Amino acid sequence: MRLSTFFYSIRQGFKNIGRNKMFSLASIATMAALIFLFGLFYAIVANFNHIVKSAEEGVAITVFFNDDTSEEEIKRIGEDLKKRDDVLKAVYVSPEEAWANFQEEYFGDNQELAEGFKDDNPLAKSANYEVYLREVESQDELVSYCENIPEVRKVRKSDVVAKTLSSVNKLLWYGSLGVIIILLGVSIFLISSTITVGVNVRSEEIAIMKYIGAKDGFVRLPFVIEGILIGLIGAVIPLVLFYFIYNKVVVYIMTKFSLLNNLVDFLPVSEVYRVLLPVGLLLGVGIGFIGSFVTIRKHLKA
Amino acid sequence: MSLIEFRDVSERYIKGATPAIDHLTFDIDNGEFVFITGDSGSGKSTLIKLLLRELTPTSGSITVAGMDLGKMKHRKIPLYRRKLGVVFQEFRLLKDRNIYENVAFAQRVTEVKPKVIKKKVPAALSLVGLAQKYKSFPDELSGGEQQRVAIARALINEPALLLADEPTGNLDPSNSWEIMHLLEEANERGTTVVVVTHNQEIVNEMKKRVITLNKGVIISDEQGGEYK
Repeated sequence: MRLSTFFYSIRQGFKNIGRNKMFSLASIATMAALIFLFGLFYAIVANFNHIVKSAEEGVAITVFFNDDTSEEEIKRIGEDLKKRDDVLKAVYVSPEEAWANFQEEYFGDNQELAEGFKDDNPLAKSANYEVYLREVESQDELVSYCENIPEVRKVRKSDVVAKTLSSVNKLLWYGSLGVIIILLGVSIFLISSTITVGVNVRSEEIAIMKYIGAKDGFVRLPFVIEGILIGLIGAVIPLVLFYFIYNKVVVYIMTKFSLLNNLVDFLPVSEVYRVLLPVGLLLGVGIGFIGSFVTIRKHLKA
Repeated sequence: MSLIEFRDVSERYIKGATPAIDHLTFDIDNGEFVFITGDSGSGKSTLIKLLLRELTPTSGSITVAGMDLGKMKHRKIPLYRRKLGVVFQEFRLLKDRNIYENVAFAQRVTEVKPKVIKKKVPAALSLVGLAQKYKSFPDELSGGEQQRVAIARALINEPALLLADEPTGNLDPSNSWEIMHLLEEANERGTTVVVVTHNQEIVNEMKKRVITLNKGVIISDEQGGEYK
């Protein structure tokens, strides 16, 4: 194909949008609505994941050791634990720290209650490791690993939190996957329908092109470019809008429901857009391309 | 030498139905001017569709400029059609483009260099007497003028064969004669012209070869013939 033909097709793609303003606007609006919905949905999923992830990071198991285990041995075991892929971090809690934490937690302002113990640490044998998980699903495996270490006396775990988070996470992923598939199907169908209308409106032009001796590629290219442009414009508009709306909504939620401040930490918009921007653009362009390519190919075969 | 060869060509739209064209055999030589006439349902439109390679014959063979249309692959059809010029009764111009763009369109489709297009389009429009109206849109022109634009578009790629399907069907007598003169001029410059028409007066006065069809069969084929 000549370069001049290629540029001619691009110009025609732009002109096609102008020639069929109403259809093009309808397509762009459809695409924009879909990408906006996708953005909204993605932002909810991403934030929920982020919240679940933060909660997961707070889930830890506590590993206690036999009385006769030396501090060096405990620390060696701790180093081994840190090397595991499913371990986010492992924090050593010395007997002194354990006792200080206990006093803080149980005696609070009544520190005089602890005075009876003086320098005698009742938790002298309670050196332990708090092991934080990377993913809550791996808790059972890690617990069984720890229990099989001869020096380990006891492993304390939190079953309820782990299981709840694990099932919420799974539900969220299945739900999001389902909605994304439905959205994709709907959007391809709608864009294909819009391009079909566009092709039908210009069926005379296509017929003339074919009589004159246009190759399929020449007939197809302006329509495909039109589809890509519609997809691109239809993606850029909601992505720009959503960028500003997201920040405003986060600020609004945090101000209106100040209680959430301590519980929920929303993702910054830049973090959401790191994935949403390329995926949204690709989705718009991809749907525009596939929708127009398939539709015009069907028409050329007819 | 024959430009078009029909050999025992039949065309059935539905299996078992009466053929639209029934065992046609004829030749059209390079540089000829031929009228194809006949009543509605005689097979004229089918014949044009076969020549445009919109249809392939149910049986028999059609050869145009040495190319067997029945065996032609889909991707070769555009290259074949570039050797043809086509003029329709309804003009079939692109209404959202001006006259210049309509004629240039035929060249853009065949990927002619932009420089050549700029030279050839004004020349083609001059040939049909519309050089001054190159900025006008089809709806701003009379029927006769629109058909002249269609002829300019059909001739700009210098086709070996010009097919005209009822080119005067929507025109008054004076415009009809103008169009026929343009087709005759193209023929004098060497283009083979095949005109499907109902226009008795034109056929009888032009004294060209006339092939008359009836129910898909040739009932007469005469040089300097008359409308039957």
